[in-house]
Amino acid sequence: MTADVAPAGLLADATYRRLPSWAPWGFAGGALVLAFLVLLVAATPGVPGVVALGAALYVLSLSITSRIVEGPRRAADRLATTLVTGSFLLALIPLVSLLLLVLTRGSTSFSWAFLTTDMVGIFGDMTDGGIQHAIVGTLMVTLAAAVISVPIGLLTAIYLVEYGRGPLARAITFLVDVMTGIPSIVAGLFAFALFTLIFGPAYRAGVMGAVALALLMTPVVIRSVEEMLRLVPNELREASYALGVPKWLTIVKVVLRTAAAGIVTGVMLAVARVIGETAPLLLTVGLVTQVNWDLFDGRMATLPVFAYRQYEQGGTGIDRAWAAALTLILIVMLLNLVARLVSRWFAPKGAR
Amino acid sequence: MAVTTSTPPQRGADPDVPADAAAAVRAASTGRVASRVFAGLSTGAGVLILVTLAAVAVFLVLEAWPALTASSEDLEAISWFNASSVAAYVGPLVFGTLLASVLALLLAVPVSIGIALFISHYAPRRLAQGLGYLIDLLAAIPSVVYGLWGALWLIGQLDPVFTWLSSTLGFVPLFEGYQAPAKNVLSASVVLAVMILPIITAVSREVFLQTPRLHEEASLALGATRWEMVRMAVLPFGRSGVISAAMLGLGRALGETMAVLMVISPGFLYSFFLLKPGQHQTIAANIASKFPESSGLSVSALIATGLALFVVTFAVNFAARWIIARRAEFSGAN
Repeated sequence: MTADVAPAGLLADATYRRLPSWAPWGFAGGALVLAFLVLLVAATPGVPGVVALGAALYVLSLSITSRIVEGPRRAADRLATTLVTGSFLLALIPLVSLLLLVLTRGSTSFSWAFLTTDMVGIFGDMTDGGIQHAIVGTLMVTLAAAVISVPIGLLTAIYLVEYGRGPLARAITFLVDVMTGIPSIVAGLFAFALFTLIFGPAYRAGVMGAVALALLMTPVVIRSVEEMLRLVPNELREASYALGVPKWLTIVKVVLRTAAAGIVTGVMLAVARVIGETAPLLLTVGLVTQVNWDLFDGRMATLPVFAYRQYEQGGTGIDRAWAAALTLILIVMLLNLVARLVSRWFAPKGAR
Repeated sequence: MAVTTSTPPQRGADPDVPADAAAAVRAASTGRVASRVFAGLSTGAGVLILVTLAAVAVFLVLEAWPALTASSEDLEAISWFNASSVAAYVGPLVFGTLLASVLALLLAVPVSIGIALFISHYAPRRLAQGLGYLIDLLAAIPSVVYGLWGALWLIGQLDPVFTWLSSTLGFVPLFEGYQAPAKNVLSASVVLAVMILPIITAVSREVFLQTPRLHEEASLALGATRWEMVRMAVLPFGRSGVISAAMLGLGRALGETMAVLMVISPGFLYSFFLLKPGQHQTIAANIASKFPESSGLSVSALIATGLALFVVTFAVNFAARWIIARRAEFSGAN
């Protein structure tokens, strides 16, 4: 509560008085200790209670002190800083708790045997069984979705960047954005309706799930590839044209090659986004107990659907659900990590 | 399509070497054909996007048609169909969907704005990008994992909060009649709020970062505190961006399936009892829970509810994109 350096005559003016820079930390520490002591007297102190009461005490005490010493404008500023920082910390609670929970609960059943066995002959409270069939199914369905959506997404992005002019291009850009918001369950219903009309209502196959995922994945691929193609300097294109290279060859050999690292990154991030989709696969692909290698015939097991069904079943299934969730998160994080590394290592070097 | 006349080559040939002219013409013409094919392919892919979007609507309508035109007796023959028409059946579901999503939005928007401001204007410059990744990490977590987290952990944590809410504010009908476990619409909304945080934060953050530096510096130079600068320069500039971000979040929340399916204990009522279990259900969760055991007309009825969801989310996303398209080169997909 000491005054900072200020002209001597102005010391009385609240506008020029400041709390020392350590004040927020000091108040925070004091508030936490006080909250702990209060809860120790009133009830049993737990971490959430101490933090909640401490935060309230901190906001209250700092605001009042600051209002007295520094005036209302500074007090409002401090309050805003506290709330803004607090909201960020608040968002870390779900992230940290979720990751910790998946790690601790998932690691109880997670083992090499769990990854390499399937669920044939597993029933009741048996603790054996694994997710080999679900991993294979997830990889196959997602790969098939990528095979469908990457060429379409790539070509559409090329159209938008290299050819698209006028109302058609504007409509496509806009609707691609709208398409990113299609609910995943609607994508599942679409795939179901499409295959029902062609093959009849009893048809179930991995490719149905792949179509549903492709519908969700394509707009993501388009947007990220488009972004990458726009980053390719126009000088490269012009240099290529000046050498007499036709436009399509320029795009294939110059533009795509320059943007290759970014495109790979974008595609991997798109894969990471759809690999955890549950609802569309629940509707179309279903679940089986063993590996199905045929994408065009019969139900397949996938990790998200497996996790959901095991959770629904309860009992020992809950442990399997957590372990499957851990596997899924590991796959997603691995994809994200590799994608970032690819973009860092293979990014085109700037002008030298 | 091939050009075989002797017109001078315009591109792809070197006019200074007449000896190679014939070859050059041939190269130019194949180049031109290939260019034409390539342009056609990529335009076709673009058009395919439009066709796909239309196909989604058309196929859903085709498959929903039997239920939309079925007699009420046929519909009532479905074991779980507790209404006499599809519209009457979907009504409470639309209500439940909107209630859960709007609650999620109310919870998520203030926090998201705070996070976006923290990353754009409060955090140390060097940390800001890393902190942004941290929030984006929330978007990478699969929805079924959120469902597990919500159903097996969050519900237990919310129990004391809800008990307190119900006992102190229980005279307000909203918070009346809480029963543990907390499988109610408010729990589902909390999970949804966490799931839509990243998209709202990402869009708001982009918009806040676009605030003209001169506006910020001018207000600071006039003696504004940081909060006054944010309130007078950043927030007015970003208002439409935040609105469309919130609508994008709403679109996500409307269509989210697994979290609601795993957390909520379903019911089909127009009810504002946020803490009572067995009151609400959302369209998406309802489809996911009933679809695997359905066949024939009941599938058709479920697809009809899915059509309603598609229309609602399409409208919300369309409006959000329309607002956002007027100002920024940004979408949730990048």
